[in-house]
Amino acid sequence: MSEPIIIFDHVSKSYPLYHHITGGIKNFLFHLPKALSSTKNSRYEVLKDISFETYKGETLGIIGKNGVGKSTTLGLIAGVLKPSKGKVVVRGRISPLLELGGGFHPELTGKENIMLNGVLLGLTRNQVKSKMDEIIEFSGLGDFIYQPIRTYSSGMYARLGFSVIAHLDPEILLIDEVLAVGDIEFQKKCLNKMMGFKKSGVTMVFVSHSMEDVERICDRVIWIDHHQIKRMGMPEEVLLNYS
Amino acid sequence: MNHRIQNIIDLIVVLTQKEMKVRYKSSFLGYLWSIANPLAFALVFFIAFKIVMRIEMENYTLFLIAGLFPWQWFSNSVNISPMVFLGNASIIKKVNFPRSVIPFTIVLQDMIHFILSIPVIVLFLFIYQKSPSLSWFYGIPLLMIVQFLMTFGVSLMVSSVNLFFRDLERLTSIFVTLFFYFTPIIYPETMIPETYKPFINFNPLTPLVISWRNLFLKGTLEPFYLFISFFYSILVFVLGYQVYRKLSWRFAEIL
Repeated sequence: MSEPIIIFDHVSKSYPLYHHITGGIKNFLFHLPKALSSTKNSRYEVLKDISFETYKGETLGIIGKNGVGKSTTLGLIAGVLKPSKGKVVVRGRISPLLELGGGFHPELTGKENIMLNGVLLGLTRNQVKSKMDEIIEFSGLGDFIYQPIRTYSSGMYARLGFSVIAHLDPEILLIDEVLAVGDIEFQKKCLNKMMGFKKSGVTMVFVSHSMEDVERICDRVIWIDHHQIKRMGMPEEVLLNYS
Repeated sequence: MNHRIQNIIDLIVVLTQKEMKVRYKSSFLGYLWSIANPLAFALVFFIAFKIVMRIEMENYTLFLIAGLFPWQWFSNSVNISPMVFLGNASIIKKVNFPRSVIPFTIVLQDMIHFILSIPVIVLFLFIYQKSPSLSWFYGIPLLMIVQFLMTFGVSLMVSSVNLFFRDLERLTSIFVTLFFYFTPIIYPETMIPETYKPFINFNPLTPLVISWRNLFLKGTLEPFYLFISFFYSILVFVLGYQVYRKLSWRFAEIL
């Protein structure tokens, strides 16, 4: 527990309501004054004044209802979103576990998709190549690895995705509710792998609706409600109040 | 830092391989498709202008092909640009990689198709009892750099802005079609009436297309046209990149 790896310092995030302009140029020009003022004034606040720190090797759980800002929090950590107020500091390489089908191409084989996914997540081709056998082995997809992944079931997608990320030597792992799809056996395998990461000092941020998993894996839990942190602390004590 | 550059290079390589694989699943047919389009256009214009309207030009087919192939590169890349970020929404929302590699790969793969179509131009040169010139060795790479910068600049601009104005896609295809007829591709610049001649170089694509055609047909590369097209391509690229830079951090918000 040395220096913090992820710091959220009074972070707020609000989006402009883009619907006036996503209506297209035609709409924008026909309703010019209204559209201009709406891009400036109408904003939707997703996170309000969030502050927390995560230390090396810690596993942080984020729980809350749909739409309260959990994914936005992950987006801010991943650096794809910028905070509107406050400061986000992240020290280390981030590996986000992609949602089903994200970063995959249906016409390519499983093996080719491992390469695609690996480079998208920041590795070089040589690094992916050297891990290829391990990844295929872990995925347990057997000969399916040489088939275009449009033939895969959603569970097989999830296997492939997790297998890639599990072998990237992640420093910070972001996991957004994806483990729910695989079969029980593979879910166990994933949990084991995550326990392994914990031991080797990987920092993890875990968004989930499965309280069981959160309690088992996380060292600390943040409960986000109405765009703010409602509670933060040990899993047992946060989950006790969570409904 | 080195790792970062290596990663970006590998990203471009893998994404390009992906596009090529998807396109050339059955290899020979795939190649045929990429040249079938400009050839079909050449046929249409040949029938319309040479046979029906009886334009007074020798080697009109060759003339058409020499302009249509480079144009095909530009128009394919630009027409697909509005879709490129939308089509990759799921990764853009999760992973923080330089988004510009996506339009870059699109322009790159259309450039590869263009290179692969050069033998067809050579074939037509032979049919008309002409031959390629040694000047191609420096002329083609030079013009390719110019066209790459120009196309990439437009592509960056269109792909970024389309996220915010989703009907830009329709406007893009209209503009590409307009520019096709405003650029001397199916007619020679010499046929443009005197009154309009002073304006032809206001179209950034005109000097480029003229340069390509002169290079392919006569083996010459006029410094004047090369210079203006280079100037335009840098201008367009800088403009496109600025637009992209200003908007790119909002991509994940709007997708």
